[in-house]
Amino acid sequence: MSESLSRIAKEGLWSNNIVFSQSIALCPLLAVTGTTTNALGMGLATTAVLVACNVLISYGRLLIPSEIRIPVFVALIAMVVTLVDMVMNAWLHELHKVLGLFIPLIVTNCAILGRAEAYASRKPPAYAAFDGLMMGLGFTLALVVLGAVREVTGSGTLFANASLLLGHGFAWLETTLIPEYRGFLLMALPPGGFLMLGFLLAGKRILDRRLARRPARNAAIEHTLAEQI
Amino acid sequence: MISINRETLSQFALVQWQKLRRQFDDLDALRQRLDYQTILLAACAMAASLALGVGDLITKGAIAERQAEDLRATLGQVLPQTLYDNDVLANPRVIPSAGEETGLDQTEVFIAKKGGEVTAVAFKMLAKGGYAGDLTLMLGVGREGRILGVRVIAHAETPGLGDKVEISKSNWILGFDGRSLSNTSTQGWRVKKDGGDFDQFAGATITPRAVVKGVEGGLRFFERHRQELLTTTE
Repeated sequence: MSESLSRIAKEGLWSNNIVFSQSIALCPLLAVTGTTTNALGMGLATTAVLVACNVLISYGRLLIPSEIRIPVFVALIAMVVTLVDMVMNAWLHELHKVLGLFIPLIVTNCAILGRAEAYASRKPPAYAAFDGLMMGLGFTLALVVLGAVREVTGSGTLFANASLLLGHGFAWLETTLIPEYRGFLLMALPPGGFLMLGFLLAGKRILDRRLARRPARNAAIEHTLAEQI
Repeated sequence: MISINRETLSQFALVQWQKLRRQFDDLDALRQRLDYQTILLAACAMAASLALGVGDLITKGAIAERQAEDLRATLGQVLPQTLYDNDVLANPRVIPSAGEETGLDQTEVFIAKKGGEVTAVAFKMLAKGGYAGDLTLMLGVGREGRILGVRVIAHAETPGLGDKVEISKSNWILGFDGRSLSNTSTQGWRVKKDGGDFDQFAGATITPRAVVKGVEGGLRFFERHRQELLTTTE
């Protein structure tokens, strides 16, 4: 059981990451990763929606006929997203002003419907919740990494305005890495997001290939060692 | 007279309930039935609507409060505290303004008063012709027609270029303070590139041009309705 949980975690965070492996949900990804703070906010909001939707759908999985599952899923997802939108508007107003436009668009984030269809509708609620959490964190990770790269290259800062999202206790997160930086506009614009995403995807592929090769090489070394002895 | 036997009634209800329960024993068969599918979809839609209604009731007050706070914060920036002693948000005047420079069918004008006399007004308006749609401005105008302050409240301009109209990014917007239609000529109400008084940004002329034109239009709107706005009404 614990092995299965660690597998879910590994899939969500890395090997089946929504962005880096499945390459879906790129619209919100490119739209909000201009700054790291926005990326973090959007990632956390999406995670909340993913977990809530997965749990709801997992509980109803025996009751929902496959013929009408899509409209039911969409209605549930739309409900959860609208609730998150209202709650953020009421109690996380500063962040909502920045992300406001993108929150309702979580409805159209195909990753959520995808997880509902591929996982939550087949597994018990606890597993579905964990899967939603891990997939959401994996998405947040992708957003934050891309946001950080774009923000540093685009304007030389990191976590600008983080205190708006996390409260004034987190003002220390706001750092200027490159003082007097004149800015590289391309990175702040969507094309820069595409370019950076391409580099990040390539980087992950290379890393994965290295990791895959390593056990093979170890085995080969052991083999030769055994022969020598 | 019809007499209803309680016992038969409760027995009937029990039988019906058990019948209903029994159908849920075989979920596989149940899921195939059209009537079940119809009812389930309707129930889901109903549950979702109910949840949204409850959510709206819970958050409505907090959201309205936040929006009033926002408005008050922006008003505080375009109207100096010393100019008024009334609650500016309390009684906005609504001026029908279809086809006028504010870009709105109705312009809500907030009246600042001190000692019962109107000292300044503030209103929200749209500046047309931005690089990515209209910009929403908040204008504070003194009773003699001079700009007390301008802020861009909402826009979709390019980050890093056009967003220098925001006070958090640059001081450019403060260049309007003290301007009026009488101390700045029609020719002056343009960006420097077009022969006017106001700076444009390197790489972005369209955004400042839209804001300058918008602010000038806002002043014209004020002049047109000046008498009406400066008369105190209680």
